[in-house]
Amino acid sequence: MELTISIILGFMIIGAIYALHAKDLLSAVVAMGFVGYGLVVCFLLLKAPDLAIVQIVVETITLVLMIAVVLDSTRDEITVKPDRRAFFQRIAGFIIFAGLLYFFVLAIANLDPLGEHSLRMSESYVNGAAEKTGSVNLVTGVLFDFRAFDTLGEAVILYTAALGVLTLLRMKGKK
Amino acid sequence: MEGMSTIVKKITQLVAGLIFMYGIYIIMHGHISPGGGFAGGAIVAGAFILLILAFGSSALNLKKEVGGSSNTESVAILMVAVLALMALIFGAKVFLFNFLPKGTPGELLSAGVIPLYNLFIGIEVAGAILTIFLALVIFKEESSK
Repeated sequence: MELTISIILGFMIIGAIYALHAKDLLSAVVAMGFVGYGLVVCFLLLKAPDLAIVQIVVETITLVLMIAVVLDSTRDEITVKPDRRAFFQRIAGFIIFAGLLYFFVLAIANLDPLGEHSLRMSESYVNGAAEKTGSVNLVTGVLFDFRAFDTLGEAVILYTAALGVLTLLRMKGKK
Repeated sequence: MEGMSTIVKKITQLVAGLIFMYGIYIIMHGHISPGGGFAGGAIVAGAFILLILAFGSSALNLKKEVGGSSNTESVAILMVAVLALMALIFGAKVFLFNFLPKGTPGELLSAGVIPLYNLFIGIEVAGAILTIFLALVIFKEESSK
């Protein structure tokens, strides 16, 4: 399973890099969709169907929105002429990348193998959660019982996002 | 934005109801099988978005629709807050406490208030996504006039 996930992650990285460098913006959007749907397969392989359902639906809706935006505006990427600063920016980017890679190698030395956890809190969540919350689906039990305040915050975030869109586009006051 | 071809319209008529019903199923069975309010709400919103994309924005009165979805969303998030506050009155006087009887795990009517939270969060998510989509569509219609 780790090999399969590694292959899918490799394709996702290729898709993301292609999306950055594509000349046609529509193919860039489709390449980003490749990343999203690859993530769905990764979630399914990692036994997280809850996340997979949310990801596949949200990915489809955002893909439709992005394609509509690209078809409505322009398909050509804005090209900027490289100047002297681009050289220093590349060097700075490379140094930051090397530093992050160094800390990444340091961090994965202490990680557990895939599928094993060493957190004490997750054990107390998993053991007897069905009796404590009454919910057989453990994810929902955690979301709406142990961490209900988090979920309330998430719902308020979505509500605020919708309010923000309505305010920015000024639906009522434009008349 | 105008509607699509007759084939797309006919297939949309057949499929949109099923997608809507699947979203309701995901919401109502959130405490038994994978899914829940967020996933089911997004699916319900997806059914409406499919209808609007296939039939075009002229088939519906979008101004009325966006008012309805915005109001629904507001009422749903208010109901979540009321449910959370009701736990302060009944039960153990703890915010967001599961104050209803739990029942046997695995049945449809079990897990206390969790199905109610799922229902209202689902309505809220569906309303929010639909409101954002409709607002963008109306903005595009008005700016292209």
